[in-house]
Amino acid sequence: MSSFVALFAALPAPWSVGLHQYVFLSALLFVVGFFGVLLRKNALVIFMSLELMLVAATLGFVAFSRYHGTMDGNVFVFFILTVAAVEVAVGLAIIVALFRHRRTVMVDELNHLKN
Amino acid sequence: MADLFFYIFSALTVGSALGVVLNRNTVGAALCLLLSLLGTAGLFVLLNAYLLAVLLVLVYAGAVAALFVFVVMLLDMQGGVKRSAKKFTAVASVGALALLFTGLALTFGPGQLSAAPPAATVPVLGASLKLYGYQLFTTYLLPVQIVGFLLLAAMLGVIVLSRRYAGSEDAK
Repeated sequence: MSSFVALFAALPAPWSVGLHQYVFLSALLFVVGFFGVLLRKNALVIFMSLELMLVAATLGFVAFSRYHGTMDGNVFVFFILTVAAVEVAVGLAIIVALFRHRRTVMVDELNHLKN
Repeated sequence: MADLFFYIFSALTVGSALGVVLNRNTVGAALCLLLSLLGTAGLFVLLNAYLLAVLLVLVYAGAVAALFVFVVMLLDMQGGVKRSAKKFTAVASVGALALLFTGLALTFGPGQLSAAPPAATVPVLGASLKLYGYQLFTTYLLPVQIVGFLLLAAMLGVIVLSRRYAGSEDAK
């Protein structure tokens, strides 16, 4: 009985923050972004949700890097941030060009390539 | 104390991420995105990645979110009309939820992840600026060059994309 209690006391308390909590938060954030991409029709909001998914991935990188004691995840996030900035600039330019041509950014009205 | 901050920042991040997805008003969604990025920067500070937190605030919250707000106000879109979800969307949502729960079961089940050491025993490498410089200019020298070239290409691409051409309808 006492060994069981000792085993239980050795486990971290469920509210104490470790790698699990960060991974869970990262997964949750990714799923929220994924549902934004699936459910919204506005191209701009879809793009914002994509950014959320990217941030979720970077959070996972940083958390694993922190708990593993390595530097590579952090440097990778550095590159992800740069590429994300590039992506946003080009993507928003494309959306603005699209709006000029079609007068809408709702993705289900942008079906001119269909058929 | 750090745990309390973790829960505060994660609630802020996930709550405003939900705000991005659920908000009908696009300006509101952009501001929620900003709030969510600030929460993530706070989490980076808790993970001792101070440089990344500052970069996130500068690049994402400073430049990207501002760009989003600019474009939203530039385009002046009408409020979204509510449409019913398609069959494909429903199937994909169910798939995504199934994947999430599988991932959670794998995360919190017994495995390699549960053997992760507590943070106090791991050296804090992400906090030292010197290491970033060292890594970026030795191991990651080629990626740095490629990213620099990518930035140049993106700049040119955005200039070409946003030019008004003589043949297009709004050039007159």
